Amino acid sequence: MKKKTILYFSLALGFTLVASLAKSQTADDAIMMGKKQWCNGLTYMYSGWKNYWEGTFKRENKNLGTVSTQSVMFMSTYGITNRLNAIVSIPYVWTHASAGTLHGLKGFQDIEMNIKYEFYSTKLGKNGNLSLFAVGGLSTPLQKYENDFLPMSIGLGSTNLSGRLTADYQKGIFFATASSAFEWRSDVTIDRTSYYTDQIHYTNKVDMPNQLNSNFFVGIRKPNLIIQAQLLNMYSFGGFDIRKNDMPFVSNQMNMTSVGGHVKYFFPFSPNLAVVADADFTVAGRNMGQSQMYSGGLYYVVSF
Amino acid sequence: MKNIFYSISGLIGLMLFAASCQKDVSDRTTNLPALQAINSDTSAGTWRTILLSRPDSFAVAAPLPTTSPLYLADIFEIKALQKSLTKDQEGIVKYWAAGGTFRWNEIMRGLVAKYNLPPVANSDTSYPIPNANNPLAYPLFPFSNPPYAARAYAYVAGAQYDALVACWYYKMKYKRAAPYKFDSSVSTKFINKSNLPSYPSEAAVLAGVTTEMMKLLFPGEIGNIQAKLIEHEQATIMSGAATRADITAGEALGRQVAELFIARARADNAGKAVGTPADWSNFITIQTNQGLTPWYSLETPKRPPMLPLFYKVKPFLFDSATVVSLRPGPPPAVGSDQMNKDIAEVAGFVKNPSVENHRIVTYWADGVGTYTPPGHWNAIAAEDFIKQNYSEVRFARNLALLDLTMMDAAIVCWDIKYHYFNPRPSQVDPSIKTLTGVPNFPAYVSGHSVFSGAASTILGYILPANAATYSAMAQEAANSRLIGGIHYRTDCEVGLSVGANVGGHAIQRAQNDGAN
Repeated sequence: MKKKTILYFSLALGFTLVASLAKSQTADDAIMMGKKQWCNGLTYMYSGWKNYWEGTFKRENKNLGTVSTQSVMFMSTYGITNRLNAIVSIPYVWTHASAGTLHGLKGFQDIEMNIKYEFYSTKLGKNGNLSLFAVGGLSTPLQKYENDFLPMSIGLGSTNLSGRLTADYQKGIFFATASSAFEWRSDVTIDRTSYYTDQIHYTNKVDMPNQLNSNFFVGIRKPNLIIQAQLLNMYSFGGFDIRKNDMPFVSNQMNMTSVGGHVKYFFPFSPNLAVVADADFTVAGRNMGQSQMYSGGLYYVVSF
Repeated sequence: MKNIFYSISGLIGLMLFAASCQKDVSDRTTNLPALQAINSDTSAGTWRTILLSRPDSFAVAAPLPTTSPLYLADIFEIKALQKSLTKDQEGIVKYWAAGGTFRWNEIMRGLVAKYNLPPVANSDTSYPIPNANNPLAYPLFPFSNPPYAARAYAYVAGAQYDALVACWYYKMKYKRAAPYKFDSSVSTKFINKSNLPSYPSEAAVLAGVTTEMMKLLFPGEIGNIQAKLIEHEQATIMSGAATRADITAGEALGRQVAELFIARARADNAGKAVGTPADWSNFITIQTNQGLTPWYSLETPKRPPMLPLFYKVKPFLFDSATVVSLRPGPPPAVGSDQMNKDIAEVAGFVKNPSVENHRIVTYWADGVGTYTPPGHWNAIAAEDFIKQNYSEVRFARNLALLDLTMMDAAIVCWDIKYHYFNPRPSQVDPSIKTLTGVPNFPAYVSGHSVFSGAASTILGYILPANAATYSAMAQEAANSRLIGGIHYRTDCEVGLSVGANVGGHAIQRAQNDGAN
């Protein structure tokens, strides 16, 4: 199984972006499905924030209260070979503000597809193994949704291409994984003919900053159990800051760092069934909400 | 190891390829063609002005003869500049060549969007009030909300129009031909030649008058505005359209005309529109004494109502008694059958909004951080006017008609809103969640509807071929407030008709200003 992490349905104000949807079967870890193994999973996630960063200024907004994003995500990973996996995820997302009058939004967000390739593996040290992975990804909206109503929007609407490199070292039951992805993001179209960033624009197209998404995991990994601590970081190359008391916008510079943990456990009575649980807390950010994220899911592996 | 090398370099190659994909987002008005007026409107010096009592109220001295060494030096300056134009300078020349009225209107919309941010509450839950005498201290002055913006667009467009009428008067009086007519080696690569005299320069008149008006309205932007003036004037000389002397005379004339509008603006009551805490509570008392439910702010902490005394601002197209006469009857009272029906309708619209409803609401939202509904109608009009190949003076006349109309529409709308002071749907039924922010002022009648009814009426008169389109747009704008959950149907329908009545006054003016 692998994990899907970082489901960037970020919402500028950031609520989310929280990464880590279900940490199981994702593009950013070092876990591969064996050949002809097929893993499917469903994950529920809750992410909420009360404070957010307006640029670098941390504040609350009594007209929003706590803004929450919830999602149910279907994820599927298939082992084409032992070293080559295909991963697809489809999230259904809904948002809510606990105060003020703004209406929540809901709908299918962006489908994400990744091809993960373990291109190098070697013994290193006593009982140690080093593996390197390359991952190519594509995500795009499954349908049109209102992306110009942040922080209530369910997504930003861009089509993204990503390239990721991951290094993993395991020694005995202990492991560490470092991974980083560059994400190229397409322009997005908004339902307005003009908008203001740090200047007025007379167009409905918005240039989206590219991003770097990095993560570091450390923990124990056994055949039936993974427990890890994690550090996640998202950095936008460009974009602008939310002005004082302005609304967030799709092309804000959204940066964030979060810390959290992840557990995956295969049940002894049904060794193809796994439960996953994640918690993640934003510790620093820019034009993002300071979110607390919790998720849990079930995965089932079929072998052909 | 080779394997790693190939994989990594392949991946990096892919990333570089992706990163190199062009992500150039450019404005749809960046590469407009140079203005080519179908009609030079040589009689525009006789058109009816707004504040200027005569086209020659401000004297413009006769230009120096073309035999004068100073004139020849001006011609030489143009040619010297043209010889060494950089790519950037060419871009600036082309930008302004599309039309000065149009470009200054775009700049104006940018200023409104920049300053359209409501102040953050103080820690004691009161709200700070922007101060025109200290514009750079927080909260920045102005907070260019819809009424502020409507008035600002009107003062700029009105002053531009009067200044250009005076400009045309002197152009036809002195008949000084353009530099390229005098010396055929002056390049006109970036402009279209015209038989319109160049003294005084219409570009400089626009730069001068607009700069002065903008300084009044956006005093924190003086440096940026002055830089635009210099850029516009320099671009005009580089284009070969005007000499330094044409520019100097034009700028001075523009600045003088602006003084008339500035004097009016200082005395039009807008400075007192914020009101006092006593004014704010008085609105509540009046409603309560009639047994009616008063409006209150849905923000936390409760924000004082937006510019409640704006209805006292002096209109351009009619007198203050007419403002009151344009006031419709009262809205359905809270608790009445009609109101319950209206509320149920709004609640139904926001229950499960479609993607198309979201699109309509967002398209017309024109809320915080935007150029406001009057700015949206300026954008619609200005981009249509460009296609008409108007002279600068006709462009300014038509934009002034639109903007005077919307300022007066704002005054009439604010009179109605604060006369009836009735609550928004989400106040009556807090379960109603909205698809856009709830504006911080009473519901009846919808501001978007009044602006749009007024704008579509005068624009339909100006461009009859587009009248049906404008009317449909106004309907959609009004409807967006209903399906967005922030207005009742009554607010929108009555608002459109009030707006159309204001627009009718503008048509009367347009029929009698000598420009037809």
